Amino acid sequence: MNKIKSFKELMEKQAEFMPMMELRKEMIGDSEYKELLVCGGTGCMSSESEKLLQNLKYEIEKNGLSDKVKASITGCFGFCEKGPIVKVFPEDVFYTEVTPDDAEEIIRRHIIDGKQVERLLYEEPTLHKKVHTQHEMGFYKKQLRIALRNCGLINPELIEEYIANRGYESLGRCLTEMSETEVIDELKLSGLRGRGGGGFPTGLKWQFANKAFSYVKYVICNADEGDPGAFMDRSILEGDPHSVIEAMTINGYAIGAHTGFVYIRAEYPLAIKRLKTALKQAEQAGFIGNNILGTDFSFHIEIKYGAGAFVCGEETALIHSIEGGRGEPTTKPPFPAESGLWGKPTSVNNVETFANIPAIFLNGANWFNKIGSETSKGTKVFALAGKINNVGLVEVPMGITLREIIYDIGGGIKDGKAFKAVQTGGPSGGCITADQLDVKIDYESLASIGSMMGSGGMIVIDEDNCIVDIAKFYLQFTVEESCGKCTPCRVGNKRLFEMLTNITEGKGTVEDLEKMEELAETIKITSLCGLGQTAPNPVLSTMKYFNEEYLAHVVDHICPAGVCQALLRYEISADKCIGCTRCAKVCPVSCISGKVKEAHEIDQNLCIKCGACYDVCPVNAITKG
Amino acid sequence: MQATILKKESFDKLRDYIETVEKNETSLIQVLHEAQHIFGYLPKEVQLFVGEQLDIPASKIYGVVSFYSFFTMEPKGKYVINICMGTACFVRGAEAIVKQFEKTLNIKTGETTGNGIFTIDCLRCVGACGLAPVVMVNDDVYGKVTVEDIPKIIAKYSE
Repeated sequence: MNKIKSFKELMEKQAEFMPMMELRKEMIGDSEYKELLVCGGTGCMSSESEKLLQNLKYEIEKNGLSDKVKASITGCFGFCEKGPIVKVFPEDVFYTEVTPDDAEEIIRRHIIDGKQVERLLYEEPTLHKKVHTQHEMGFYKKQLRIALRNCGLINPELIEEYIANRGYESLGRCLTEMSETEVIDELKLSGLRGRGGGGFPTGLKWQFANKAFSYVKYVICNADEGDPGAFMDRSILEGDPHSVIEAMTINGYAIGAHTGFVYIRAEYPLAIKRLKTALKQAEQAGFIGNNILGTDFSFHIEIKYGAGAFVCGEETALIHSIEGGRGEPTTKPPFPAESGLWGKPTSVNNVETFANIPAIFLNGANWFNKIGSETSKGTKVFALAGKINNVGLVEVPMGITLREIIYDIGGGIKDGKAFKAVQTGGPSGGCITADQLDVKIDYESLASIGSMMGSGGMIVIDEDNCIVDIAKFYLQFTVEESCGKCTPCRVGNKRLFEMLTNITEGKGTVEDLEKMEELAETIKITSLCGLGQTAPNPVLSTMKYFNEEYLAHVVDHICPAGVCQALLRYEISADKCIGCTRCAKVCPVSCISGKVKEAHEIDQNLCIKCGACYDVCPVNAITKG
Repeated sequence: MQATILKKESFDKLRDYIETVEKNETSLIQVLHEAQHIFGYLPKEVQLFVGEQLDIPASKIYGVVSFYSFFTMEPKGKYVINICMGTACFVRGAEAIVKQFEKTLNIKTGETTGNGIFTIDCLRCVGACGLAPVVMVNDDVYGKVTVEDIPKIIAKYSE
């Protein structure tokens, strides 16, 4: 695209490109023209969605439909459990679990014969009914997409489609119609708070950086999404990279910075590729670079790669990593807004926070602050995963209840099992129990029940998961990721992890539980950065709400969920055993005795609970528990 | 991938790359990424070379290499089996998958088989949580993996 030299010219381009989006607008109806959008997110690409797209294009070509039917990629629809997804516009038909071989049938049956391919439609798990359009799906009914507004709607590799959907209009307005202060005031009025976990008001953060005196300032986009089980930032960068570029440029204008950095995980190759493509296009079109849209304002963006360190999500650690050193945090104050990258005022914001910003300037702060709860405005994207039917990315208004997310959107617990807990906030958060499912979620309410919003990981745990084991999993993560700079985090968490390990191995005592609590509280108040200060949360919250399960491990030496190997007891049912001797042969410590064709028995004193007998028994005569 | 012999051409390639970046500390991490891409790992010789080229003390380079989990100082096998240990995969049984790979290949996580074919590693969330548990073998992704699938996966790369 040629360089766009003024805001007026941008609006002309928008009008020119608008017809590209016609079929994808909300109107549900029939048309001889169709568009097929195939999910091109990492999840669906792992299930061959790229080949599926090629096959669809081939079939369209082969049947001479090229003038009327178009197939292209788009960003994540969020419904990852049932990927790859193909959506047909304008009918709003939503096909799930589509394989490359299904391309032929979709074109023949849906496009040529005008009938839906029934077997590829989503079936509502509770109603056992096929759903014909996307807006009727339970998964989408309660969602409100602001940060993800373009994911599943535009082709992330075409800047024209972003512009057609009013992309860069906010930037144009900010640069030509608003002063720096007006931009910041509007953002403050919107009530937007940081989506990376802390929840600090974004407008205020910008104001601090704006007030700091320096000729050189920086903008950083924190795309070092390290929380295991959260993938919203990746999906935004893959599905709508231009919205992040646009928001970073607005941030630069508002604080007086001319350079921005995107700090991204090297483990996200697709997001990096899409971001690079988008940066190149934005530069050609003149949305970044010198004299943006004919104004005096210049802004440049560079990509910096992370190298696998969770602590780099902490802003001071991230800054040190960009500077080329070890990503170790430093004490605040000074805050980055005063002294950040190379000692200059720096505004660090998360990907999802940025993705909200163009929408706020398009629709106004008063539109945004009407959505959500009293203290938390707008929406939040959650990565719903674990033992739930509809794994995926969901964006919901703040103030929704967990019950609505898990049952209405998530479709309930997998395989009809019983709900046990939901873990939010990743390694810094805590577990929420069934009694708290009706809590309206926002930053404050989650903190009040011992968890936190975090980056938005939401892991559902069922009766088959051991809560001690889950706490141990998170703690192991923080122990491995601790940078080692301060003692409470480096040594304290390690000791805490050892105590938890003892408990899962049946060696824990009631006194250990008391010591753990004391140690956890000490780590919280004495660690240097957010990683250490929140690391004991998964342990403390599970000890508080699942005390009985801890006691079962230390007093009765049993694991109620049947997960902790050392606490299991294998037994052979004399009624079922056919005396085939396979278990006795496979036992590595020869603790199974019995004659051929007679019932066998396990010597519990010698058993090492390896489970080999359990796996080999042909008649399921061995029980564990 | 297996690069036990450090070739001169590889060093030349790295030097050419370093010529394209600013020679200061800020470029260090991106240079190390490229070096690992070229050599497959970052042995002492490569770290010293990078230090000389960028005029950064070797101790500093070692500090950075040992800090980040993405960088490795050991050569890896031809096929790296990465088992996702993100939370979603963990609650859906990734641990049993790790154990089965370890048992079948008779090596521990982080180790490489004697013939240099397979390395077992764990990684943190590839973000394909809908497919949990997920296993990656180099760039190939396997979703909803069960213990029974493992012999098939290994066989595919053993020929």
